[in-house]
Amino acid sequence: MNGTTCFQPNIHGRSSLRFRLACYSAFIVLIITTAFVTSGIGQFHIPYKTVLHLWFSPFEETGGLGVDERIRYIVLHVRLARVCLAVAVGGALALAGAVYQGILRNPLADPFTLGVSTGAAFGASAAIILGIGGIHLLSLSALPAAAFAGAMLALYLVYLLGRIDGRLHTTTLVLAGIIVSTFLSSLISLLKSLNEDSVSTIVFWIMGSLSGRSWVHVLLILPYVAAGSLTILYFARELDILSLGDIQAQQMGVDVQRVRFWMLFTASLITAAAVAVSGVIGFVGLVVPHLVRLLIGPRHSTLLPAVFLAGGLLVLIADTIARSLLASGEELPVGVVTAILGGPFFCYLLLHRRKYLQL
Amino acid sequence: MIQVRDLRCGYPGHEVIGGVSFDFLQGEFVGILGPNGSGKTTLLLALGGILPPSGGEVAVLGTPLNRLRPKELARRIAALCQNSDIRFPFPCVEVVHMGRYPHQKRWQMESRHDAAVVFRCMAITETQDLAERLITALSGGEQQRVLMAKALAQETPILLLDEATSAMDVHRKLQIFRVLEKLNRDDGLTVVTVLHDVNVAALFCRRIIFLKEGKVVADGPTEGVLTEENLETVYQTPVLIHKPGAVGRKQVVFLPPP
Repeated sequence: MNGTTCFQPNIHGRSSLRFRLACYSAFIVLIITTAFVTSGIGQFHIPYKTVLHLWFSPFEETGGLGVDERIRYIVLHVRLARVCLAVAVGGALALAGAVYQGILRNPLADPFTLGVSTGAAFGASAAIILGIGGIHLLSLSALPAAAFAGAMLALYLVYLLGRIDGRLHTTTLVLAGIIVSTFLSSLISLLKSLNEDSVSTIVFWIMGSLSGRSWVHVLLILPYVAAGSLTILYFARELDILSLGDIQAQQMGVDVQRVRFWMLFTASLITAAAVAVSGVIGFVGLVVPHLVRLLIGPRHSTLLPAVFLAGGLLVLIADTIARSLLASGEELPVGVVTAILGGPFFCYLLLHRRKYLQL
Repeated sequence: MIQVRDLRCGYPGHEVIGGVSFDFLQGEFVGILGPNGSGKTTLLLALGGILPPSGGEVAVLGTPLNRLRPKELARRIAALCQNSDIRFPFPCVEVVHMGRYPHQKRWQMESRHDAAVVFRCMAITETQDLAERLITALSGGEQQRVLMAKALAQETPILLLDEATSAMDVHRKLQIFRVLEKLNRDDGLTVVTVLHDVNVAALFCRRIIFLKEGKVVADGPTEGVLTEENLETVYQTPVLIHKPGAVGRKQVVFLPPP
């Protein structure tokens, strides 16, 4: 035990507490800054002084301040709600991606490539057509459940397809995910067309959008995202150990089956909640965990909170671009923007897969 | 320490271990030898609770395997398997820290004791220099040393090794075995290791079990069972056994078939 005497804590090499806090704070500051910037942008250009004023005294009567009630509504009920929803959706998707990558030991896994997102979108749109997901809050709350059912169905299909030769291969799994995803996408289109829905609702589900969302939607998914995120954080240590492989993890006392079940369940649940209000936003869950891992290392207890924040930031930025890029004032689906940002990154990862993906 | 009674196990439609029985006592240093496909790895997986037996029973420190919760088992047995496929670039010191998992409660921060154990295990395996390096960037032999440190950090009374030194060079391999020998002698660590290298087994193991086609061919003190007859039965290759004076243990030379 003479190791104790010369024990030096700095052999730990973990990213230091100060560095981690700096990263978290940087993400939070960036989120707030982007939220501020995005609140002024849009069809109604709102002076930042007004935005600031409204943010700091949201419940004050506006009449006396010379602020139009309409402006107040836009800043607080439309744009701020949308900001919160973007952060929650992005955070949830990125977190789910980190979990899938960890639990399946697959660097290409994310809610989109595994078909879970599209499954959720399919579940949600089917529920709407069957009429159980109207616009009232009570029936709206059935949407995440339907999305979750769809997500689990898709995951199961992908799992069946992916283990054709009895083993779960990295690339086969993603291939199966893409197949299921494509198939379900066309089913969504078909369902919507048969129901004589407009093209825009189809695009909403397949390419994702945060257009016209409100606080109701934020409140709708918040319980799922919060509970799911905490559950995932609860298993952070097991996720670390699982990266050594199933057998090793089991030999170290991890109940691999149980952890894997709960993690797949939870990641799919938060994905479903996100998709139920935003449609399918791709690439967030794939790109963000890799980037953040490069930044602060692979240890999940540190990684996961940062992944959530970074995912939220990415979708917030993407949504800002999506709704302000076109001069006509028309909105792009936010999934288009994330794909444009994420596609090249995905290629980069593939080209350097030896270094980053250990494929 | 470990009681094995009429153990049968394998994979669906293919029984690999066909009824073996033996006891491992505290402080033993056992080598499990046999040709490829003789069931060595399968046996070790069954002893470590990874592969559920299809018949018979395994008890660890008096408790049947299936009644031990995973963490309890991991406090009794540390095991290292042949292949490691580590996905994320953890610094080595964090990998060794993972070995403390079975001793930690969920929200517990790591204690001074944990840190001291990690430090000591890295010192005796001479892996301190690798502490900051990323596990994914190491050579196979270096990885095995780090994983050995991790297994030792589990602080278990029993250590199961499956070719855990296969990628190390001769110097490192002997060094690790010397460390194990010392732990075995001083702390009473029970070591059970699957080996291909008969001569390493002859140097360090005090008991050898020869497996062939899922059955025990010979089981006993090394001096007693390491005979030309046994080796020729198991490996079907002519052998020559000699006892170099400087070594003081038997050594085996496999002869090319005539």
